Amino acid sequence: MSGADNVVWLGTPPFPEAARAALADTRLRANLRRATGTIRDRRLAVTAELDDWEDLRETAAALKRRTLRHLDRHLLRLEETVTAAGGTVHWAADAAEANAIVTRLVRATGENEIVKVKSMATQEIGLNEALAEAGIRAYETDLAELIVQLGGDRPSHILVPAIHRGRSEIREIFRRQMGKWGRPAAEGLTDDPRDLAEAARLHLREKFLRAKVAVSGANFAAADTGTVVVVESEGNGRMCLTLPETLITVMGIEKVLPSFADLDVFLRLLPRSSTGERMNPYTSLWTGVMEGDGPQDFHLVLLDNGRTATLADEVGRQALSCIRCSACLNVCPVYERTGGHAYGSVYPGPIGAVLTPQLVGVENAASLPFASTLCGACYDACPVKIDIPEVLVHLRSKAVEAKRRDRILPTPEALAMKAAGAVLSSPRRLAALQRLAALGARLVARDGRIGVLPGPFARWSGTRDTPAPARESLRAWWRRTREEGRTTRNGKSR
Amino acid sequence: MRIALFITCFNDMMFPRTGRAVTELLERLGHTVEFPQGQTCCGQMHFNTGYRPETLPMVRRFSKVFAGYDAVVTPSGSCAGMVRDQHRVVAAQLGDAALTEAVERVVPTVYELSELLVDVLGVTDVGAHFPHRVTYHPTCHSLRMLRVGDRPLTLLRAVKGIDLVELPAAESCCGFGGTFALKNADVSNAMLADKMRHVLDTGAEYLCAGDNSCLTHIGGGLSRLRTGVGTMHLAEILASTEGSVR
Repeated sequence: MSGADNVVWLGTPPFPEAARAALADTRLRANLRRATGTIRDRRLAVTAELDDWEDLRETAAALKRRTLRHLDRHLLRLEETVTAAGGTVHWAADAAEANAIVTRLVRATGENEIVKVKSMATQEIGLNEALAEAGIRAYETDLAELIVQLGGDRPSHILVPAIHRGRSEIREIFRRQMGKWGRPAAEGLTDDPRDLAEAARLHLREKFLRAKVAVSGANFAAADTGTVVVVESEGNGRMCLTLPETLITVMGIEKVLPSFADLDVFLRLLPRSSTGERMNPYTSLWTGVMEGDGPQDFHLVLLDNGRTATLADEVGRQALSCIRCSACLNVCPVYERTGGHAYGSVYPGPIGAVLTPQLVGVENAASLPFASTLCGACYDACPVKIDIPEVLVHLRSKAVEAKRRDRILPTPEALAMKAAGAVLSSPRRLAALQRLAALGARLVARDGRIGVLPGPFARWSGTRDTPAPARESLRAWWRRTREEGRTTRNGKSR
Repeated sequence: MRIALFITCFNDMMFPRTGRAVTELLERLGHTVEFPQGQTCCGQMHFNTGYRPETLPMVRRFSKVFAGYDAVVTPSGSCAGMVRDQHRVVAAQLGDAALTEAVERVVPTVYELSELLVDVLGVTDVGAHFPHRVTYHPTCHSLRMLRVGDRPLTLLRAVKGIDLVELPAAESCCGFGGTFALKNADVSNAMLADKMRHVLDTGAEYLCAGDNSCLTHIGGGLSRLRTGVGTMHLAEILASTEGSVR
């Protein structure tokens, strides 16, 4: 599987179709409503505690904007400082290149298995699959990622990749699959969260103690010191970051921050926005290698994979400010109903709807910018103030332009829009249409309501009555009652 | 004050009674209302569906037709949001310097109804009478694009005889979203179902909002289920008086 195929999962139907299937899954709906509701309330409570929350957001947004403007400079500085601290920096233009680099590095150690701390970048490039092809087995150690991996599944949330699973499902997955990957679950495993966590702990401990190589993602990297940061809740990440001899970090190039001091703002914003906690339990920072302490060989793979192209788009580039907190998913009314799989990408929800089409080219994910009502809840929740609705409509126009370019004949929608545009830019034509609609409505409407509509409106009218156009438009009423002289002159009777 | 009414293409054809209510209300408050016959549409449907070049003539027309009034009022939060936030974008991207200038001149005079009443005209009690149980849905664009805040509720609270009840999960989207309701009909329906449940929980006779498009969506569902709950635009409640029956 190549990288682009992994940002957008092959075989996933367009959003409306995938969403339909998800909506039919009542257990999924219930899991999602409960989980997103809980996190949403917690986030509101802990952000309300800070008097300077809005200032923090503004500071973070400005910092990200500034960093992105000079991204090249900060990345070169990061390469310098990481190298000076004893690490090795690799540049990967795309998924294939990144996978090849990591595969080569693991092979060089002579190992055929690795442990991983949750990383969206490696999901994005399909690293586990690429390693498997090279005969290397990758074990996910984040609890939710472990559930996803054992279940032969895909992540459906940025922060809680297994949010779509209930605990009885998790018990079944553990019972059936753990033995195939390592230490099996204990006999008589219940679906009590404590029991499930203990099973995962025992299963993973064996891996931590054995692994010589680890692969991680990164939440941030400070260019001035060469420090890489991973933020997590369980401590499994810290096991990966400290126990193995070799540590390979795959990081999207947008994660760099100019200085160590900038972490201050983001480490305050991230946990409150993502888990609704004042502070997350584990924050690991490391700078190169230190003799006798932690991994003795450190590699940083800087991944582009569509990010430079995204950076070139003045409106769309703000999506690169994302710190993957998932606040936008948790407040999104569309995500809450469909879950993450319907987005067909490793990046679901509102941020996925703007990030994915940019990373893979809008023509390859054309339904995603339309997977939103533009209600704006995501914009209000975003700790770095990404104007997601603005980017969505921007990408919609790009999707429409791409279709215009690629097709010989215009789509029915384009024809309808053109016709509507002609009517709506002329008051004369609009008035004529209003008269016609009023006449037509009188023929089909009952009690001022229309039942079933044709064509693209059929699905609307399946669940909703449609009001009939008024017998007299406001325009006509105004002329009749307010501009009498004129109507008389035209010889019309009242 | 000389106020131009931007009725919006949707209200013009489907809900002229909302336009008549705005006119009655403002005239009752002693203002002059004009209806520029050259008006058409704000271009929101085209803009939000990705047909940006098609919106240019509408932006041009709007800035010309509504130039020179003390204020322009519209009974639609989402159309007001389109004019205020997006006409600039269209002008900058596809228009010329003259259009940008025209847009910049007209935009600051455009108000959604509750903004005009509270901020510009300085009234919160418009002398309305509406003896019914009402719940209010703050539409997304009023709420998050325009930030009208509790202006509509302040106006509603001053209405005589009204029994105003709080809508649970009021700030969650009803699922209309313009062409979203057609393109993603199933998700839209799922969102509508939750919104209807919340409306029914209030026991209200009327659901009120500042946007007829959201009300058409929710009201269409309430009507299909024969719930007996009606929908009414904010303007119509505010225009109601003891003598008038709505």
